[in-house]
Amino acid sequence: MKSAGHTSSLFHRAAPVTLILLLLVAAWYVAAYALNAPYQRDLNARQGVTVTTGELVAQTMRQQKPTMPAPHQVAETLWKTTFGVPVTSRRSLVYHAWVTLSSTLLGFVFGTLLGVVIAVGITHVPALDRSFLPWIITSQTIPMLAVAPMIIVILAAVGVTGLIPKALISTYLSFFPVAVGMVKGLRSPEVMHLDLMHSYDASSWQTFWKLRVPASVPYFFTSIKVAIAASLVGAIVGELPTGAVAGIGSKLLAGSYYSQTIDIWAALIAGSVVAMLLVALVDVAGRLTARAMGARPS
Amino acid sequence: MRIAPNWQALTALVLIAAALAGLPFTAAPGAVLALLILWLLALAALAALIAPATSGLVATFGVLSHAAVFLLLASLAGAEGTARPSFYAALAAAWLLGWRLVTVLSGDGRRGSTGPGWGLGLVIPALFGLWILILWEAVVRGAGIPFVLLPPPSAIGHKIMASLPILAADFHQTVLKAVLFGFVVGSLAGFLTALLADRYRFLARGLLPIGNMVSALPIIGIAPIMVIWFGFDWPSKAAVVIVMTFFPMLVNTLEGLRASGAMERDLMRTYAASHWQSLFMLRLPAAMPFIFNGLKINSTLAMIGAIVAEFFGTPIVGMGFRISTEVGRMNLDMVWAEIALAAVVGSLFYGVLALIERITTHWHPSYRR
Repeated sequence: MKSAGHTSSLFHRAAPVTLILLLLVAAWYVAAYALNAPYQRDLNARQGVTVTTGELVAQTMRQQKPTMPAPHQVAETLWKTTFGVPVTSRRSLVYHAWVTLSSTLLGFVFGTLLGVVIAVGITHVPALDRSFLPWIITSQTIPMLAVAPMIIVILAAVGVTGLIPKALISTYLSFFPVAVGMVKGLRSPEVMHLDLMHSYDASSWQTFWKLRVPASVPYFFTSIKVAIAASLVGAIVGELPTGAVAGIGSKLLAGSYYSQTIDIWAALIAGSVVAMLLVALVDVAGRLTARAMGARPS
Repeated sequence: MRIAPNWQALTALVLIAAALAGLPFTAAPGAVLALLILWLLALAALAALIAPATSGLVATFGVLSHAAVFLLLASLAGAEGTARPSFYAALAAAWLLGWRLVTVLSGDGRRGSTGPGWGLGLVIPALFGLWILILWEAVVRGAGIPFVLLPPPSAIGHKIMASLPILAADFHQTVLKAVLFGFVVGSLAGFLTALLADRYRFLARGLLPIGNMVSALPIIGIAPIMVIWFGFDWPSKAAVVIVMTFFPMLVNTLEGLRASGAMERDLMRTYAASHWQSLFMLRLPAAMPFIFNGLKINSTLAMIGAIVAEFFGTPIVGMGFRISTEVGRMNLDMVWAEIALAAVVGSLFYGVLALIERITTHWHPSYRR
């Protein structure tokens, strides 16, 4: 009985999502026809060929540089560049995704460490709380992604190239959710619990390790889920300036230079898949940790 | 009146003594000025040692230490890159006094001490920001860091003043055209879709997981596609902003529409209120904090989207265009001027939304005193 209920709830949840995704793919095909047809009609008129509507539709689905590539064209390119070439090749999407992923992960680790350190500082030093916290929030209203090219160029001028500059941008984007989430988490223990620690004559160090840190774990995983997505965006934008020769961002830029729309869409989808995998990974890690710490399954 | 030792003031005194022993500050002559600076700092440190710290006393040591640090910066004129250890010792002493000032102003953090009032809530972060600028200026000019790496704040200030027309044109192109249009259309579309999804739950069950997933995706990557579709001018940037702002608004509004309590909804049902009546009279007002949260997220996203989209091709005006070309020409003061502009606009945008939120949701517990 229980498993039947489970499947029906899965169906209950999956059906609307699947339907809307199918509608999106259908809309994509319609858009591909609508956006590509004017150019195709123009081309046919110039070559003096007359085609039926059916042939025109088929033609719009197999242009070399379509305004809007059809889903199957993108899927074909994705398949070819993921499985059709060796992963070490510069034409392989796996290779580019790996370049982006490595700087994402490095920046994510830096950013998480920085965010945790800042949060610990803010919860323990009142002067930092009053003076620094408002600036952390202000720092995120600054479109820091816009500075990404400058950071890359400056660091290249002092001889730092490769992974580190991109990772620094990811660090900047990912420290904020962690810092804010951890401040909330480290302050989440109730007054009652704090008073209990106080009545045990616990030092502030003991209170920190035995009460505040365990209490902050759920907040930690919620915020690193946001942070890892932000890290990926940072890494991709960090690859846009002229210096980068590899990575998903450079694929996007190269695609836009040569109007290789199919390549752009393929790179975009590759980036999205990486993002989803990373978020799912963090989610699983969070669930496992929660279970190991004895949380009740919800 | 008694002496209340605190480590910031005591360390500052030690540093002042060290700076005195290690004079001069720089290669340029200026012994009288240096002695004056150290004397002011010593006075400030002594004032910081006296308890109880009355407001007059706090003001005195604050003014003295900051006067000293501005003289210290002035003493760098004509002697850039020649700062000696004693200069940094004096700077560190002034910085410690600044820290002491912030500590005193934030009420020492003792349990039970009341938080700072409205005015101090602005002064304390302002002091922190001021000190970032002071340390930046002092280190960059003192150590003679090359201009192409990091220009000092004073140079950036001059550049802003000198190129106001260019900044105004970029602001007009990027913010007034792309950001505002995209923000309004994207947020409105997200909001209306959320209302529709709320009416037909099937739609919500499909859209909510997709919306949550999309928030993790690097949407900014659609910028080159939009440039191909809508051309180089601002419509393509606005399109990027629309796509970026749509989903946060959708997800937040849907979340907010579920925020009203079951009891209140039951009350509406006993009044025989229609779907739209209960929507407009109960559930939308209850959703306001969530909607404003979405708008605030969108204000940041809109700025980022418009500026980054300009990296993929623009007419020869716009903040993103200026940043990418001036970086290429190593005119870093212009780049920083644009960043400062973006920071001010971003903060104002956020601030205005926060202000409207305060006015419209004054009933919310987080604003009650």
